[in-house]
Amino acid sequence: MKENPISFQLKLNPDDFLPATDDEKQSLVVMRESVSFWKDGLRRLRKNKVAMVSLWVIIIVMFFSFIVPIFYPYSYETQVKGANSLAPFEYSIEEQARRDAGEFVFPHVLGTDKMGRDYAIRVMVGSRISLTVGLVATAIILVIGSVYGSIAAFFGGWIDLVMMRIVDIIYTVPDILLIVLLSFALKAPLAELAALPGFGWINVVGTNLISIFIVFALLYWVGMARMVRSQILILKESEYVTAARALGAKSGRIIKKHLLTNCIGTLIVTTTLQIPSSIFTESFLSFLGLGVAVPLPSLGSLASEAINGLNTYPHLLFIPALLISLIILSFNLLGDGLRDAFDPKMKN
Amino acid sequence: MLKYIVKRIGLAIVTIWAVATLTYFLINMVPGGPFLSEKAVSPQALAALEAKYGLDKPLWEQYVTYMTDALHGDFGDSLKQRGRTVTSIIATKFPVSAKLGGTAVIVSLLVGVPLGCAAAMNRGKALDNIISVVATCGIAVPSFVICTVLMYFLGVHLNLLPTFGLTSWKHYIMPVISLAFYPTAYIMRLMRSSMLDVLGQDYMRTARAKGLSQKVSIFKHALRNAILPVVTYVGPMLAYTLTGSFVVEKIFTIPGLGGEFIGSITTRDYTVIMGTTIFLAALMVVMNVVVDIVYKIIDPRIKLK
Repeated sequence: MKENPISFQLKLNPDDFLPATDDEKQSLVVMRESVSFWKDGLRRLRKNKVAMVSLWVIIIVMFFSFIVPIFYPYSYETQVKGANSLAPFEYSIEEQARRDAGEFVFPHVLGTDKMGRDYAIRVMVGSRISLTVGLVATAIILVIGSVYGSIAAFFGGWIDLVMMRIVDIIYTVPDILLIVLLSFALKAPLAELAALPGFGWINVVGTNLISIFIVFALLYWVGMARMVRSQILILKESEYVTAARALGAKSGRIIKKHLLTNCIGTLIVTTTLQIPSSIFTESFLSFLGLGVAVPLPSLGSLASEAINGLNTYPHLLFIPALLISLIILSFNLLGDGLRDAFDPKMKN
Repeated sequence: MLKYIVKRIGLAIVTIWAVATLTYFLINMVPGGPFLSEKAVSPQALAALEAKYGLDKPLWEQYVTYMTDALHGDFGDSLKQRGRTVTSIIATKFPVSAKLGGTAVIVSLLVGVPLGCAAAMNRGKALDNIISVVATCGIAVPSFVICTVLMYFLGVHLNLLPTFGLTSWKHYIMPVISLAFYPTAYIMRLMRSSMLDVLGQDYMRTARAKGLSQKVSIFKHALRNAILPVVTYVGPMLAYTLTGSFVVEKIFTIPGLGGEFIGSITTRDYTVIMGTTIFLAALMVVMNVVVDIVYKIIDPRIKLK
């Protein structure tokens, strides 16, 4: 065709209209691989150095308090004769004699207390008690709080009103006051219950520990319930819940499948931050002598026992005191890290 | 507003009643009585003692009698400290705790608020980092740890301060530091984050743009808004200093209400347990209501529900 110099006719090359090859198609894909909620959160958590260090500290403390005592040569309640109030790495006369005879005697890494019990194992078992209380109490709080909060928020109306008034009342109750009273009052009934057949497990766990758990279960779920309720109030207005309902899903299924899974980020964070506060309260109770029963140690009761000998054996006090601060600090920092990783909305 | 106040007060009364009732039945659930531990009490004397304090009547009747008396302001006589009424015990012990707790609250506000502000205004600099680290560590240390560490270094090791009693101003230093430590750290964090929030607001830029000095804009605009979250914390803080004093009073052997409460629990002095519990609970609940109402007044943005 003859070309008109002033026309806007395009010069087209037929080669440009061939079907694209696979390589060319691939190069146009700009989407990255889809990242799941967990992967995304964990990736962010791994970048957070403070949180990772805290996580390792917690893992190490857990290793020492749950696994090491199993094969540790001393037990937390056996009193080694003549080994009272030894300094760290000191041996009693008898042990020294055995050492001189060429026998290997496991050193008292942290010394012994005034009853001749190896202090290292007592501290380990003590932190095991503190951690157990923290974890179990938090699990109880998590279950009660999330179920209660989601029921109140989901049904709304007068059910919500009544349930939340109950929460308000429990929330304003002075907690420590009641904890002290409850842990004292529950001791005897629990001991009676333990004597009945079929309730022997109570003695295995210890009446004091159980009364601490009951106290937590009664008082501390309210914060969690409020948190879950406010989350669910927002979530239940979302379209996918309406869609699920239109498809005929039952209330229980919607709570479980849609609402709770969507506030899992908030739940993880609140739970992690609840653990140190449970440990805090347990140590407070044990320090006042209302926590775990002797001879079972807890970090709080170890510190309490050590006060009388503060002049001569300060390390007996400083080790549990430092350890409990370290545990609480690590959980706090890990909780902050988890919040940044899983729940960026909550970051202030 | 009036409706809100009435509702809060109603809720407060229900709470106090619930605590009192719960406490009453809890302490009566514990087997044994206040007179069992004393050695060699003949059955007749025991019966006479129980009759004197009305402990032989059915529990429900005792409860009604106690509540009616309590409403009239009569909390009964102490079962263990002969000849002393519960009211007089509270009247002598509470001022000690209140002075200690009040000083701790004032100290933590005076230290926490300025430091939190300073951290926010120097965001990212060394001062901010130091304050943040101190605050993060501060909320992780239980009060008994601080008490004992202070006692070891200042009291025993250096022998600078007295380690027990509460007679001169020197006696106040260690208990007040131990009691104020946690709230101070908490207030620093709270103040820092709310100050950062306020400093980023548009009205702060406007204030600077219209020519207000740094000082005026901080004190007149930023501080007033940033301090609101701290006000809400005052209620819980009061509860903390009152109950936190249980430990502090035990360690420094201070004759306060916290020590009295723990002591009465171990000796099963029923009337003293009841009296102190109701008193402390009422105090905390009332303080919370007051703080909430004050908060609504100073921050009109909060909707009255």
